[in-house]
Amino acid sequence: MSEPMHLKDSDSERRSFSGRTIAVLFLVFVCLTILVVRLVQLQVVEHEDYVTRSDDNRIQVQALAPPRGRILDRHGVVLAENRAVFTLALVTERIPDLPALFKELETLVSLTQAEIEDFKKRRARRKRPFEAVALRLALSEAHISILSVNRHRLDGVEVQAQLLRYYPHGDLFAHAVGSVRRVTEEDLRVLDSVNYSATQFVGKRGIEQFYETSLHGVVGYQNVEIDARGRVHKVLEISPPLTGESVTVHLDTRLQIAVAKALGDQRGAVVAIEPKTGGILAMVSTPSYDPNLFITGMTAGQYKELMTSRDLPLFNRAVDGQYAPGSTFKPVVGLAGLAAGTLSWEDTINDYGSFRIEGQPRIWRDWSWKKNNSGGQGVVSLRQAIYRSSNVFFYDLAHRMGIDALGNMARQFGYGQATAIDVLQRKKGLMPDPLWKHGAKGERWYPGDTVNVGIGQGDVLATPLQVASTAMVIANRGHWMRPRNLLSSGVDLVEVDAGVPMQDIQGVNAEDWERIVDSMEDVVHRGNKGFRQNGTAWAYIGRDIGYRMAGKSGTAQVVGIQQGEEYDESILDEYQRKHAWFLAFAPADNPQLALVVLIENGGGGSSVAAPVAREIMDAYLLPELAGANL
Amino acid sequence: MSGGDFVRSMPLGQGLVRNQPIYRIHIDLWLLLALGLVVSFGLIMLYSAVDKNPVLFTAQLLRVGAGFAILFIIAHVPPRYYFRWSPFLYAIVLLMLVAVLFVGVTAKGSQRWLNLPGLPRFQPSEMMKVAVPLMVAWFLNDRPLPPRLRHLAWALLMILVPAVLVGLQPDLGTAILIITAGLGVIFLSGIYWRWLGYASLAVALSLPALWFVMQGYQKERVLTLFDPERDPLGAGWNIIQSKTAIGSGGLYGKGLFAGTQSHLEFLPESHTDFIIAVIGEELGFFGIAALLLLYLCVIVRCLYMSSQMQDTFGRLVIGGLTLTFFVYLFVNIAMVIGLLPVVGVPLPLISYGGTSVITLLASFGIIMSIYTHRRR
Repeated sequence: MSEPMHLKDSDSERRSFSGRTIAVLFLVFVCLTILVVRLVQLQVVEHEDYVTRSDDNRIQVQALAPPRGRILDRHGVVLAENRAVFTLALVTERIPDLPALFKELETLVSLTQAEIEDFKKRRARRKRPFEAVALRLALSEAHISILSVNRHRLDGVEVQAQLLRYYPHGDLFAHAVGSVRRVTEEDLRVLDSVNYSATQFVGKRGIEQFYETSLHGVVGYQNVEIDARGRVHKVLEISPPLTGESVTVHLDTRLQIAVAKALGDQRGAVVAIEPKTGGILAMVSTPSYDPNLFITGMTAGQYKELMTSRDLPLFNRAVDGQYAPGSTFKPVVGLAGLAAGTLSWEDTINDYGSFRIEGQPRIWRDWSWKKNNSGGQGVVSLRQAIYRSSNVFFYDLAHRMGIDALGNMARQFGYGQATAIDVLQRKKGLMPDPLWKHGAKGERWYPGDTVNVGIGQGDVLATPLQVASTAMVIANRGHWMRPRNLLSSGVDLVEVDAGVPMQDIQGVNAEDWERIVDSMEDVVHRGNKGFRQNGTAWAYIGRDIGYRMAGKSGTAQVVGIQQGEEYDESILDEYQRKHAWFLAFAPADNPQLALVVLIENGGGGSSVAAPVAREIMDAYLLPELAGANL
Repeated sequence: MSGGDFVRSMPLGQGLVRNQPIYRIHIDLWLLLALGLVVSFGLIMLYSAVDKNPVLFTAQLLRVGAGFAILFIIAHVPPRYYFRWSPFLYAIVLLMLVAVLFVGVTAKGSQRWLNLPGLPRFQPSEMMKVAVPLMVAWFLNDRPLPPRLRHLAWALLMILVPAVLVGLQPDLGTAILIITAGLGVIFLSGIYWRWLGYASLAVALSLPALWFVMQGYQKERVLTLFDPERDPLGAGWNIIQSKTAIGSGGLYGKGLFAGTQSHLEFLPESHTDFIIAVIGEELGFFGIAALLLLYLCVIVRCLYMSSQMQDTFGRLVIGGLTLTFFVYLFVNIAMVIGLLPVVGVPLPLISYGGTSVITLLASFGIIMSIYTHRRR
């Protein structure tokens, strides 16, 4: 087109326009072809992939946590069960202004700053968008109704029902039954990740821990159709979880209550065993705690108190506490002497309150020794040595028979071993011998070490469960029943493995058993005989007792008292005072109950621990004896 | 194709000269039919996309009705008025665009809406899609064609000013459509291929520079196009879900109202910009193909109508508006199926929303007016 031409040339314009229109049409076809090709790619070629993706979106496989099996006592009283608890949870995607909502909830349900912090931690761990994150477990009835009234303006706030573990007796069975704790990252490395995929709590103590596999049950699944906000529209398929097995244990709630009452607020432990079965009828460790707090949450202050208290409420003294058994060990030493032939019932010694190994300067004293009074029990045989708890007799006996014979008998009684069938024994106590001392201290065994072991001191350590087992074995006249919790269950539990039964005590004849029991009855019943002639516990529990009880007191040193120094409770710190023991079973000729009482830093075994044992025995036996008389 | 010329003589009794019409109905039946099919198809799909929500559906039904009423009125205004009013319309809409920047209503992060007293809330940028081609066609009508360089410069200025104003809102999608509408008219005016080549080259070379001008979220969208999985729960969510919806629809779809992606809310914006994904999911490949065919009918009919025009303004306006319509639907579908970055462009005549459908139907009204009033 030439430059000067300014007039419109409609013919060439029309031709040009037609060309352009065709070009546009061409462009349209090209573009539509691109779209169609792409659609074919998406809808035909990759169709299957996208069907999968679409199903992945809407179909969610949800693991269903199995309801945990219950734990019942021997009479069917529920010790651990599951309770519906209402949880306040937030779906943060649906909440426009989180801080404002927190403020609102502060006024509605008195939300605390600590709960907000916990919530933030939990939110950081969630797995997918629109997942509800718990803000508070265990809403109160009042708060549930407040929330439902205000529901319309609280978008993203959900109240979810959930089955949580509940211990109806609170702190009473915290140590005996144990409890569950929230599953941690660490747990998940050990646990079966599939079976625990929906599980929030796992047994961490006691029976709950030991029977975890059976109590837990088997996880179930459901396929649900969800929307993008995670709301379930319908359940497509379900394979329900298998409820955990319920477990009935030997524990007797009535006795447990009596034990807790008898112990009161003293620090200590009681283990009570039915001698015929080995069943643990009561197990208390004080102070205790309410295990429900670990499930529904507690304040930071409560948690700190539990974790840092010097009284160690979380610590199960009955099973995991190790103490010198003190004089409760003496019947074992006596039986060892009889079995080894070192001793007969007629042998006597003159107890002037002190013992020396020939040629050595060290003096071992009787418990009755005071600075200005040599003490001593006079002429004593084994029987007197037990009811008077003569130290000198057992120093001499232990020295004469040697550590091998003594250790042999102690191990038959289960010292230094875990003997229970289904109690998690983290601590096995310690029965020292030359080999152990060489390994642990790099020193050789001195005769003086044996002398110390002779009265249950030195390096001997035993748990209350072990000492209770001793009470049970003596009650059974040497016949072992391994301590156990399980009484019955619906099916055979995988955890139960009775293993090798404990051998009955060797080398002690029936007469010896009766005489040792008689000696122990004297501890309680021998009274009104005058100075140094009464059983050590008679004055405290033996005057008005209505049945025959065999017992042995023990008073275990916590700190070493200097040679020649007198033990003076008033100058020692409370936590350095002696531990008080009392081992007992009754009725002596047909034992129904064998038990041990330990009062930490309580002082004298006869004066402090024996009355507790008496109270427990009374509570257990008197109704039964009364019933038998009817 | 005279059957399509719905220009009917209406003999009204005696005394009147035969074949002398009292009035004519200035509607192109073929185009109206095609539009009606597209809109009906759209309304059915919208009913599904809004989950049978009667409020939303009725609102859209009323808007569509209003749109057709406006189309009818506009088609009966002789085109000389549009020719005369083009500059004023352009100026008014431009002023409104400026106003939007200062007093506009903000929604979803951009300031697009204008609340004028006595009028429903609307987006002036949508009207610009019509005003720009009218204005450029008006400007080139008296100029020699193919256009001279300085005329071209003026025309480009007319296009870029509103485009930039819209881009500032920010509404990149509409800005692109405005530019396309204007450039379409220039292209149809017969601009030299050579110049077109230079321009294309220049644009291609400046594309990398564009990267540095783009805002963060815009860059994000471009990156997301190439790899939606880089942020599957954030920026990539929309595109992943729309592809999933369409892909899972397969050849025949999951059935009307049976789309899981849309009804379970995995697909965002399912009744607005992403409605084609609902169609793809529920009616499958054949559903989308049917819709594309209907769109094609509209476009082919319009291009035919433009080819029948004798005057520059008429040709350019019809051609330009048609081209805009096509680019409109192409950009939307390409964006939803992951061929273009996500920009805010609705599916023409189908997506939920008032301004878009009314403006589009109005532009078809203009097309009919120009065509039915043509010299023969």
